[in-house]
Amino acid sequence: MSAVAARWRPDLGVLLVAPAAIFVVLFFVYPFAYGFWLSFTPAEGGWLANYEKFFSDSHLWRTLIITFQLSLPVTILNVALALPIAFQLRRKTRYQRFVTTLLVVPITLGTVLIAEGMLTYFGPRGWLSQFLQLLHIYDGPIRLTHNFIGVVISLVISGFPFAFLLILSYVTGIDPTLARAAATLGAGPWAQFRHIYLPLLAPGLAITFCLAFVQAFSVFPSAVLVGAPSGPTRVISLAAYEAAFEQYDYSMASTVAMIMGFAQLVVVIIVLASRNAFYRGPVTGAKG
Amino acid sequence: MSENFKELRLAAVSRHFANPSGQRVAALHELSLTIKRGEFICLLGPSGCGKTTALNCIAGLLPVSGGTISLDDYRIDLLPPEKRGFGMVFQNYALFPHMTVRKNVAFGLLMRGTPKDEIAQRVARAFKLVQLTGHEDKLPGQLSGGQQQRVAIARAIVIEPPLLLMDEPLSNLDAKLRLEMRAEIRRIHKELGRTTLYVTHDQDEALSLADRIVVMKDGLVQQVAAPEEVYTQPSNLHVARFMGYRNVLELGIAGEANGKISLEGSGLKLHGTPKQSITGKAFAATRPEDISIGTTGPNVLEGRVVNSEYGGRDSLIDVIVGNDVLLHARTTDRPQPGDTVKLTVSPDRVLVYSGEGA
Repeated sequence: MSAVAARWRPDLGVLLVAPAAIFVVLFFVYPFAYGFWLSFTPAEGGWLANYEKFFSDSHLWRTLIITFQLSLPVTILNVALALPIAFQLRRKTRYQRFVTTLLVVPITLGTVLIAEGMLTYFGPRGWLSQFLQLLHIYDGPIRLTHNFIGVVISLVISGFPFAFLLILSYVTGIDPTLARAAATLGAGPWAQFRHIYLPLLAPGLAITFCLAFVQAFSVFPSAVLVGAPSGPTRVISLAAYEAAFEQYDYSMASTVAMIMGFAQLVVVIIVLASRNAFYRGPVTGAKG
Repeated sequence: MSENFKELRLAAVSRHFANPSGQRVAALHELSLTIKRGEFICLLGPSGCGKTTALNCIAGLLPVSGGTISLDDYRIDLLPPEKRGFGMVFQNYALFPHMTVRKNVAFGLLMRGTPKDEIAQRVARAFKLVQLTGHEDKLPGQLSGGQQQRVAIARAIVIEPPLLLMDEPLSNLDAKLRLEMRAEIRRIHKELGRTTLYVTHDQDEALSLADRIVVMKDGLVQQVAAPEEVYTQPSNLHVARFMGYRNVLELGIAGEANGKISLEGSGLKLHGTPKQSITGKAFAATRPEDISIGTTGPNVLEGRVVNSEYGGRDSLIDVIVGNDVLLHARTTDRPQPGDTVKLTVSPDRVLVYSGEGA
């Protein structure tokens, strides 16, 4: 390298990164650090008083359990539903494009609109209920809203397309020749899926699980609109909301938010760590 | 499927595709071929000639649109690939990237429920055969192209398939490795006595490997013959062009006698051997290698050298003869551009065809 080129010059790369970096610091790092600090400055008591209160008050610690009870099954359900459907649609066809478009729609709707629709459709006097009773398929009362099930349905409607699109992109990235090679070696459709697709998809499924879980864990509007926010679907974000905007205890609200974030982090770390058990290289059979 | 079969019979096997405008196009048209056990058959042709389609139909990766495929008296064209059990080597190898090389090779045996210790034995033997012993626990991504190729072959042969299918297995390798692997494939074929169907667009590969070559074009079989016959006696003009008969002259017929034909036109007179019954137009095809500098024989053409390309052992020269007719010739002499030379070619090596068709 010549002496001229080796001389120090301002790195233009830093300038390119700067706007994003400033944004992250201003709108993520600072609020997070501030909230973290705030959670240790309770209105009364020692610096851990809020955390002690959270884990001793059943009204508060139960929200954490409820949120897990809601978000873990929903996430598993979303990923488990999305995987076979994405797998069936892995070949590029017009059908694939049609289904993909159809499934993207709920993402664009937003949870409030989904909740509105659910109240009309799944509610006690909703279309589904009226239809079933009209045909005498089921005559009992149908309660699919304002309870735990209502929130599950809402989270599947909004979370499934997301999981599906993500998994579809992972599935289509896998070289189909690999499955053909497996077929010539005697592997039937199930064995091809089990030995070729599944192991190559595992890291992608882990990522999908994490993102879908974080999304479900922070459920808020649907827990209120189609759930039972005073009891069975009193999720942790509701506890934070109440502390902040009903009791005006920002310190307690920060504490709840910190616990919420920590709980998500634990799950994400466990899932991502398990990813290391799988092969994570390129997913084609060509030399590389 | 039994490996002690007598023959694999393709009877009028066709495969149609719908092209984007909805028309049905024949990628493979009524391929009939009988392959005997132990034979090495090459499907040879330019890209798009239907050779890979034929291979995929035999492997079961593509359904046939018409015709039947049978192993002796057992019809197999309706079986899925996993039931046919033909070993296949793919162009891009298609090694499972998440499995060690050993697991890749063992995969087919595992699918067949072979006992563990037998798997270990047979896998070890396969590794020895392709000379990869010591690399068993690597991932495919850690091997070179040639090694990956050999893993792909080992994976296909370890299941002892009745038929080994190879789809341009050497096209991703560099020239030197290609030559080595070619010899390797021939050696493995000989050692195992397996039946092999090999697809390639490279005539050198086909000539050196095959017991019989099937030359294809546009989904149609052009010629089925031993390498020497395909090389020296192409059945039609298309095969001739593909086999390196670069000089093709359209000439008029001057006379026919004793199995020879004399042609003239463009200021040239040429004696050749008809390969088809000639009606109307006559096309004389000859290889640059068969033309030499000299004055022996009935075919002597005088011309001017316009280009000379040094090629080591010999040179490729371009010579203008007659009325602006360009001929390519190979010679160990070194004429320079501008020199006048006399070219000669034996009438036996001037093959005369009636046209492009079959």
